[in-house]
Amino acid sequence: MGMTIAQKILSAKAGLSTVGAGEIVEAYPDLVMSHTATWRSVSVMNKIGATRLFDSERLAIVLDHISPAKSEKNAADQQVSRAFARKYGIRKFFDIDAGIAHLVLMEAGHVAPGNLIVGTDSHCTIYGSLGALGTGIGYTEVASVWLTGKLWMKVPETFQIVLSGEFQPGVFSKDLMLHLIGTLGADGCNYKSVEFCGNSVGGLSISERMTMTNLAMEMGVKCAFFPPDAKTLEYLKDRLEDTSRYHPVYADTDAVYEKRLEVDLARLEPMIACPHEVQNTKPIGQIVGKRVDQLFLGSCANAKYEDLQIAAQILKGRHIHPSVRLIITPGSKNILMEAADSGVFKTLLEAGGLFTNPGCGACAGDGGTLTDGEVCLSTANRNFVGRMGSSKAEIYLCSPATLAASAIQGVVSDPREFFQVS
Amino acid sequence: MQTIIQGKVFKFGDNINSDVIIPGRYLIYIDPEHLSQHAFEVLGDDFPIKLRNYQILVAGRNFGCGSAREQASTAIRGLGINAVVATSFSRTFYRNAINDGLPIIECPDLHTAVEEGDDLRIDLDQALIFHRDQHYSFPRLPDSVRGILEMGGLAAYLKTQLSA
Repeated sequence: MGMTIAQKILSAKAGLSTVGAGEIVEAYPDLVMSHTATWRSVSVMNKIGATRLFDSERLAIVLDHISPAKSEKNAADQQVSRAFARKYGIRKFFDIDAGIAHLVLMEAGHVAPGNLIVGTDSHCTIYGSLGALGTGIGYTEVASVWLTGKLWMKVPETFQIVLSGEFQPGVFSKDLMLHLIGTLGADGCNYKSVEFCGNSVGGLSISERMTMTNLAMEMGVKCAFFPPDAKTLEYLKDRLEDTSRYHPVYADTDAVYEKRLEVDLARLEPMIACPHEVQNTKPIGQIVGKRVDQLFLGSCANAKYEDLQIAAQILKGRHIHPSVRLIITPGSKNILMEAADSGVFKTLLEAGGLFTNPGCGACAGDGGTLTDGEVCLSTANRNFVGRMGSSKAEIYLCSPATLAASAIQGVVSDPREFFQVS
Repeated sequence: MQTIIQGKVFKFGDNINSDVIIPGRYLIYIDPEHLSQHAFEVLGDDFPIKLRNYQILVAGRNFGCGSAREQASTAIRGLGINAVVATSFSRTFYRNAINDGLPIIECPDLHTAVEEGDDLRIDLDQALIFHRDQHYSFPRLPDSVRGILEMGGLAAYLKTQLSA
C-alpha cells in the first residue's frame, strides 16, 4: 500500500521500509532546533549529569525570542546557551542578531526536503514549506534528542487540502489559512499531517508556502507539507551547503488519506482572526472600521521579505494614521538587509513605521506591550489573551496587506481598494 | 508513580491554550513553585490560589493547544494537580505532560458528567475513572511511552537509561 509524505519520512528516519498511520516508531531527526529556550535544555543535561552529545552537527541554536536581553536573567540564560554552543562546537549557532529561528535556518540551508526536524517551538511545522517534516517538542525532549539522537513518534493520518484557482487581488495566503482555521477549528487537524496539493500550489511562492505551513499549526497539525517543486529547488540551490541533501519526498499515488478538502482560492476574501482565538475568524467586511491602537508587522508567519514588500507597496508615498503606531520587526537580518537594499525599508520608515531588530519581538510579548483596552492588529499567528501584555487588550490577526491598509486609515480596513485594476 | 489518583475536580471548557495556562513572560522559570504562582492568572488573579484546592483538572477538547511550552505542564503540577483528564489534548501538551511526569488521560465521556468540586478516583493500572456511581474506561498509554511517565518523566527516565 502506498504511503503519504509523513509516512515516508518517518519510516526512513526510523530505518523501516514501511509504516502505517497510528504506529509508534523510534525516529532519528536530521536536525534538533532550540531557540531562546536552549538554556532550559542545558539545565536538563546538567541535572542528569550527561555530557556526551549524539551528534553535534544535528543541533541548531538560534537566540530569537528575547533579543537583545531585557533583564539580567535573560542575559544569564543567553550566556548559558553561548557557552554550551562553544563547548560542543555547535556550528549552527546564531546569536541575538540573526532573527527568527525558523526563517534563519531555512535561509542558511539547514532545512532540506525529506528531513525530520524537531525543535522547542510549535511553528516548526513551517519547515514543511520546503518538504521537511517539522514538529514542536518541549525542552526536556530536546535535551533527550541531543543525547540519544532519537525520539518516539506516532505516525499521523494525513489530510489532503486541494487548492484550485487564484487569489483575487488583495487576498493572500494568510487569508486562506485564517479561512481554513476558522472553518476546521483549532483542533480540526489535531495530530494530522496536512498535504497541500492541487493546481494552485505551483503558483504559490515559497514565502506564501511558509506562511501556510506556519499557520497550519493553529489547526493542531503535527506537520504540514508542500511537495517540493521547481520553486523549492530554486530557493534551495544557493542555500543548501550540500545539494546532495536534496531528496524530495512525494506521496505515493495510492497513498491513503483520511480526509480530502477542496478550496477554490478565487472565492476567498481578506479575513481577520478576532480575540482571543485564532479560530475566531470573520471576513473583513464584518470588522472594517474597528479602531486600532497598534499594528505589528512581524513574526515567522508574515515578516518575510515578500510580506514587507507587500506592505511597502501599499504604504509607498503614504503615511500611517496619526492615531496609530506601526511596529515592523523583520523576520531576519537577511530580510532587513534585502529591505534596506531595495528601498522597502526606506518606504516603510518614511510611512511612519517603527523598526525593531529582527526576531520574534512583540508576537511573543517582547516589546510593543499593550495596556488595558488597547487593540493591536498583527500579522502574527496567535492572538491568545494576554499574549502581548494586558489580558484586557485585544489582538486581531490579518495579512500584511490588510495591516498596511489599516495603518493608513487608523481602523481595520479592506486592502482590496489598494489592488483595484485601473 | 502513584497509580491511584483521587481528589476534587476543577472543570475547564474547550481549547484551553498554552498562554492561558502559563503566559510567555514566565517561561524564564522552569520550577513548579514559581510557575504555579502564575498558572491561569489571565483568567483571574485568584486562579493560582483557588486551583490549589483541587487535585484533578477535567477539560473539554484540545486542552493545552498553542505553544510547545513544557512549562504548561510544570505549572499545572506545581498547583498540586495530580492528573488532567480531557476530551482531547493538543499533541504538544500531551507529549510534554508525559515527559514532565504529569498523568494525562483521554476520556471524552467524563466532561459532561462531572461538575466542579466533584470527587474523582482514577486507577491508572485498571485504566478506569470512578465518578459517583459510574465508571469510565480510558485508553492506556502505549507501553513504550508509559515507562517514561512511570519513572516520573523523561529526565528521570533518561538518567537511568544513560547510566545503564
